[in-house]
Amino acid sequence: MRVVRACLLLLATALAFRTLLAQQQSSVLSETEDGRQLFLANCAVCHGPDGDSVYGVDLGHGKFKTASSDDDLIQILNRGVPGTSMPAFSKSFSNIEMRAIVAYLRYMKSTSSATFASGEAIQGRVIFEGKGKCLNCHRVRDKGSRVGPNLTEIGSVRRTVDLQRSLLDPDAEVLPSNRFIRIVTQDGVTIIGRLLNQDTFTVQLIDSKERLQSFEKANLKEYGFIDKSLMPSYQDKLNNQELADVVSYLASLKGIDGQ
Amino acid sequence: MSPRVRLIVAVTLFGCLSSPIWSRQISFEHILGANKEPENWLTYSATTFSQRHSLLSQITAANVKNLELQWIYQARSLEKFEATSLVVDGVLYAVQPPNDVIALDAATGRIFWTYSYHPEHARPCCGRVNRGLAILGDTLFMGTLDSQLIAIDAKDGHPIWQTTVAKARSAYVITHAPLIIKDKVLVGVAGGEFGIRGFIGAYDSRTGRQVWRFNTVPGPGEPGHETWGGDSWQTGGAPVWVTGSYDPALNLTYWGTGNPSPDWNSDARPGDNLYSDSVIALDADTGKLKWYYQFTPHDDFDFDSVQVPVLADIEWQGKPLKVMLWANRNGFFYVLDRTTGQFLLGKPFVKVTWASGFDERGKPVRAAGQTPGLDGTLVYPGNPGGTSWYSPSYSPRTGLFYIPAWVNSSSVFVKLPGAYHEGRDYSGGTARSFVPFNWSPAPNFRKEEEGYGAVRALDPQTGERKWEFKMADVTEAGILTTASDLLFSGGREGYFFALDARNGELLWKVALGAAVQSGPLTYSVKGRQYVAVNAGNCLFTFALRQ
Repeated sequence: MRVVRACLLLLATALAFRTLLAQQQSSVLSETEDGRQLFLANCAVCHGPDGDSVYGVDLGHGKFKTASSDDDLIQILNRGVPGTSMPAFSKSFSNIEMRAIVAYLRYMKSTSSATFASGEAIQGRVIFEGKGKCLNCHRVRDKGSRVGPNLTEIGSVRRTVDLQRSLLDPDAEVLPSNRFIRIVTQDGVTIIGRLLNQDTFTVQLIDSKERLQSFEKANLKEYGFIDKSLMPSYQDKLNNQELADVVSYLASLKGIDGQ
Repeated sequence: MSPRVRLIVAVTLFGCLSSPIWSRQISFEHILGANKEPENWLTYSATTFSQRHSLLSQITAANVKNLELQWIYQARSLEKFEATSLVVDGVLYAVQPPNDVIALDAATGRIFWTYSYHPEHARPCCGRVNRGLAILGDTLFMGTLDSQLIAIDAKDGHPIWQTTVAKARSAYVITHAPLIIKDKVLVGVAGGEFGIRGFIGAYDSRTGRQVWRFNTVPGPGEPGHETWGGDSWQTGGAPVWVTGSYDPALNLTYWGTGNPSPDWNSDARPGDNLYSDSVIALDADTGKLKWYYQFTPHDDFDFDSVQVPVLADIEWQGKPLKVMLWANRNGFFYVLDRTTGQFLLGKPFVKVTWASGFDERGKPVRAAGQTPGLDGTLVYPGNPGGTSWYSPSYSPRTGLFYIPAWVNSSSVFVKLPGAYHEGRDYSGGTARSFVPFNWSPAPNFRKEEEGYGAVRALDPQTGERKWEFKMADVTEAGILTTASDLLFSGGREGYFFALDARNGELLWKVALGAAVQSGPLTYSVKGRQYVAVNAGNCLFTFALRQ
């Protein structure tokens, strides 16, 4: 019965993420996305990417000390909270930017329910480096492959719910900076790598052997994006607890100063 | 002969002998006849017709591969370097942003003098930029970010007079190069994101005294005032931030105007909002309006129509006609009769969703649902537009009109409430774009459908695209064509290149390491042709290997 419940929970979570996916794809140019970037650049330093790092405040679940309305939140952003380390942002943000941050806080709350039970970061690291084989593609500090995105700071820039989604449905959102390309040289050699840059005449990538390579487009037989993520879904590879553990581990990765 | 007499004779002889080089005055006739002296670059767009087409032809399709760097001027500024320099008899006048004027030896890059001006209380919307100078006699003219017009001695870099054009604290700024017409200096004011009331002024070149002024937002009693609901005209925008053109035969000067304020929330300004997003034809002596054509009536997308008015005399439906060619930020290419303002042709040159076409008078027909909303509305072209202030070029040789284009560019436009406060943002919303407004090369991960840049060659007769040179990233570079059928341009990714103007074939390129955000120019010194362009914070100059 426990297994069935876990499976149902996992299924519900996956469905929730698919809904989230649709929302996110249509909102690439949304107020929420603007707010997310502003939040991560300015607020997550103290509040954390999930908004729950300051005692008594859980921005990700709509739990505030005093504010109850959007206007209250904008006022706090404008004036700060006297007597605390929350500064006034009236000179940093425009009203439009403050509205975007508030929109993102509301979005965080509306999507926060689709989370796993809490996991164990220590156990998650064991799975990440062992059964999950995550280091075959990803790197954390000085361990692992550089072919996929480096995850050393992933806990600072992605919410728990986003990390979960990436594990279950990697195609749901592939950030432009994580796109892979496939090229075929004039000699017929096929190279797949993560795109690092491109311009009118050249393309730069890191290939499966971690070589930084640059090609003249004129010398290529083929060149194109790979639409799908190269990462497999872990929906059938890890159980619910293991997934929760891995997410906890990823959420704990705050960069070289946060370890 | 006494020593004193000998000295007087010597000085007189020196003056006579050196006068052809040192004392030449740039008269208005010189500016009108700029094509007769293609070794110089006497006004922002090369001639008052603004074709940016040079008659120099030493650099050709056959030898352009031999271009090599001659000198670099590294600006002491990290602002965008947008100015097109002037060149007069071997002296190049550049503007280092925001408002420093530098006189350099055009052959070596060595500095003769520097005039530094520090604008105070300036509130530009989009960077502390300047796009260039004007010259008349031996005086340079510069508009400044704090809305001053300054006359500067071209020989020693000292100011001659300074006049206040508008109030800097209200966010009036001058960013474009002035235009000389006869004995007047014409400048307009920017500030369309701050609720200014735009105008173009003509100032006496000797004194700085204002001679006439045309309000781009008409006040009570002026024609067009009825197109503004309530008091919205007082903060109606319609700024001027790119240099206009002049047709001496018609004595008309043509200027493009910018967006109405607020940009994205048009609720407070019902009506067409004349003369925002328009081209206006003014009598050059009086500033009286001869005709206008409004490209985007009641704009709520920030589709500034400040593009350079390109004047051309072409065959139109079998008859010679004086026309104006215009690729607008709103995504349409236009041909207008520049004598009357009659709409002759309008055709999209990029994807357009905000309008479905034109009525019989040439007024655009708005598409249903394409207006900014609280939740945002996806519109093509996006806020950056199908093109913007980047100079186009027309080649009388090929008969083609060349434009820098942003292809597949879109934005989600959002309308928000907002009140006017003097000198503060009054844009009334926001626009979110796939292709960001960043100003220097950043890693490019985009797919073609998410936006790219191009040089596009259009046939003015039909608006059809003859060829396209694609760039992986977008472009903020102007275009120069030459009598040897070369086209020079660049893009955000930092290449400066030469194309065959007849077919778009790439002939030469160089990586300059930062975005090209100016219009290239060409000139010659002692019979040697140079091509110059700004990229990043530097001015690069090229010539054929000797």
